[in-house]
Amino acid sequence: MTRLADAIIVGGGIHGCSTALHLCLAGLKPVLIEKDYAGRHASGVNAGGVRQLARDVAEIPLSIRSMAIWEKIADLVDDTCGFESHGQVLVAENDTELAVCRARVADLNARGFIHEKLIDAAELRRLVPAVAETCPGGIVSRRDGAAQPARTTTAFRRKAEALGTTIREGVAARNIRKDGGLWRVDVGAEDYAAPVLVNAAGAWAGRIAENLGEPVPVETIAPMLMITSPVPHFIDPVVILRGRKLSFKQFANGTVLIGGGHRATADQDRNETVLDWRKLAESTRTVSELFAVMRGASIVRAWAGIEACMRDEIPIVGPSALHEGLFHQFGFSAHGFQLGPAAGAVMAELIAGGGTQTRIGALGIGRFRS
Amino acid sequence: MTAPKRDHYDVVVIGAGPAGLAATATAAGAGLSTLLLDENAGPGGQVWRAIDSTPVTTRALLGADYWSGAETVQAARTSGAEIIHRATVWSLDRNLEIGVSIGGGSAFIGADHVIIATGAQERPFPIPGWTLPGVMTAGAAQTMLKSSGLVPDGRTVIAGQGPLLWLLAAQILRLGGRIDRVLDTTARSNYLAALPHAFAFMTSPYFAKGLALMREVRAKVPVISGVTELAAAGNGKLASVSYVAGGQRETVPADLLLLHQGVVPNVNLAMAAGVDHRWDELQLCWSPVLDADGNTSVAGIAIAGDGAGIGGAQAAVYRGHIAARAATAKLAPTTAVKLEPMAGLRQKLARAEHGRAFLDVLFQPAKQFRIPADDTIVCRCEEVTAQEILDSVKIGATGPNQLKAYRRTGMGPCQGRLCGLTVTELMAEARGKTRDEIGYYRLRAPVKPIMLSELASLPKTDTATQAVVRG
Repeated sequence: MTRLADAIIVGGGIHGCSTALHLCLAGLKPVLIEKDYAGRHASGVNAGGVRQLARDVAEIPLSIRSMAIWEKIADLVDDTCGFESHGQVLVAENDTELAVCRARVADLNARGFIHEKLIDAAELRRLVPAVAETCPGGIVSRRDGAAQPARTTTAFRRKAEALGTTIREGVAARNIRKDGGLWRVDVGAEDYAAPVLVNAAGAWAGRIAENLGEPVPVETIAPMLMITSPVPHFIDPVVILRGRKLSFKQFANGTVLIGGGHRATADQDRNETVLDWRKLAESTRTVSELFAVMRGASIVRAWAGIEACMRDEIPIVGPSALHEGLFHQFGFSAHGFQLGPAAGAVMAELIAGGGTQTRIGALGIGRFRS
Repeated sequence: MTAPKRDHYDVVVIGAGPAGLAATATAAGAGLSTLLLDENAGPGGQVWRAIDSTPVTTRALLGADYWSGAETVQAARTSGAEIIHRATVWSLDRNLEIGVSIGGGSAFIGADHVIIATGAQERPFPIPGWTLPGVMTAGAAQTMLKSSGLVPDGRTVIAGQGPLLWLLAAQILRLGGRIDRVLDTTARSNYLAALPHAFAFMTSPYFAKGLALMREVRAKVPVISGVTELAAAGNGKLASVSYVAGGQRETVPADLLLLHQGVVPNVNLAMAAGVDHRWDELQLCWSPVLDADGNTSVAGIAIAGDGAGIGGAQAAVYRGHIAARAATAKLAPTTAVKLEPMAGLRQKLARAEHGRAFLDVLFQPAKQFRIPADDTIVCRCEEVTAQEILDSVKIGATGPNQLKAYRRTGMGPCQGRLCGLTVTELMAEARGKTRDEIGYYRLRAPVKPIMLSELASLPKTDTATQAVVRG
């Protein structure tokens, strides 16, 4: 039996759930199809960074809009999502790195973006007292922070459902096709039809786009994270080291999350990742070199979430360049969590209203057409 | 630190209990380069713990079954295998790469074949008050008894069911320890359910031994049978134990409550390696999916011993031999033909497992002792109650992994060992699903916490060196 919906969303990550929620707010009734469960992959197991800092210029307008939503996230999803704002700090470990930081902030200011501020050694020490004395400064984005990813994605899913989204979990969207002016998708024994299809399938989105005639340069990645046993309180902001693949954050209970981009081997057909402990060892080495307080800690858990990374490491957000009624929202390249709230709002504006005030032109899929 | 001599072995065996020792003896005896990694200070696992160091040397006190382990220990020691104790395996993946922590340093070791023999752990026993100081597991008490000869001298209650409960009670009494009361939680209906298996049991070695142990304990301590409710109470520490038997509630003062309701496979390492498991309806736990040789769904990884499904020490020995013989047939087929034929080993295993079904049915823990209610703690690490889990189910948590987003259950240092089975069963009951449908926590390495400094001291790779130079 064919069930009709206003939109079919494929993928129950924070992006699919956010788009579902915002479509409901716009008065539409979408169906969201998730092969596992909402937040099973990167959206539920990422570092939880809510960061405007150090983003590609192309996604800054979306990031700034998202930040405003994050600051009132409970108004939207009835849950604080564990969001806390203690800023994010990019640490320059030497003068060469600081020069790069200085040029970056000047470039952003020239473009009218003022969320990143250059800081000197004294301010860096005030923000991150534990940092090595040799570090000459860095950049701070003071409104940034972190949230709990699984809790957040779950909250978006729950609110989307409460507002009228049909959620189908544990069953894959198959045989995606356009027929009689409607998008049709098989979901187990049923099929859904809608004038709109949103491809928000994360690591699986590239295949969907390709099958619909829009291949893009995308790879599947699995950034690794680990969490330590509690150590005495030593940092408030999220800290990123400019010259190394390292970021970390301390939670209220004293545990420290260590990430930064080293990757596991992803097997997306098996829903599985194999961790690379030699690379994780590099991260622990850097952390213990820089912060003596960490030397007595132990690693309690480590994991990696599967997601899509574009060749140019910025996402695809917007309408298909080929098909009426098809919208892409994927390829967030290891930094999509913060963008989720605004990306859903923008998608809903594009779908329900035909346009958006947020500058996303550089994120279109058309950029890959030769 | 006694580092491994090589970085790759034909066979790596993890765990030096009955199965691991037997597997080591067979594999190394067949000429395969074999490494045995074990977490404890000496061989024996839990059942033969401290067999060559225990201060309890009067043989009758720990019993003949305990001392029977000496032969298997000796066979492993003289097999030519490399044996490293105090070695904690914290990672194993489908590439058969093993991360192991030895004496404060870590190393990675490769293998052509891995035999996991990490045995069993005690089933969680989540009754009201089970987290109070003064409440401990029977297994922990037995560890102290075997390793150090320590027995309780305060007011002590032992509650639960299963062979180990009676064995521990007998051992405590033989060593002059104090037990005020034994509370037997075996459901009366289980005796009837187990009846069809009774003949096999009566002709098994378990029968006479079990009867003798129970008789020994009953002669010295009041035993209350048919206990249907159990709770520990106290302000900051255990003060009393209350129970219901035959419809009568009674409360007894106590300084120590020892809990035990059987053992279940220790699945953490195997699950983290990606081995498929399924719910065992008889033993009420997760068991790995195995072929007759103990091979798992991950090529090159086998499981032997109680980790493959509870079978007891003697069965574990034969499963160890079988797994190692199969590994030899794969890696050195010409040598394998000189080993004891597989058919003979399987026959011995069948004999050792004879009568097991009776115990499995008789000692199936009752639902109220597996699936708690109200404000009884389920997850000790994050202090989450049964009611809080049910509340999360009501607002959308569908399984153990989703529940983490609501309550952080299973995310503490125990990595689900103390709450996992309870969470699966509680959610399955609440949602009207099977245990297999609900599933289990996705487990990942490190399966035991590892010191950050230890990882940091691993030899640097080229890329790491570059990163530091660049920084």
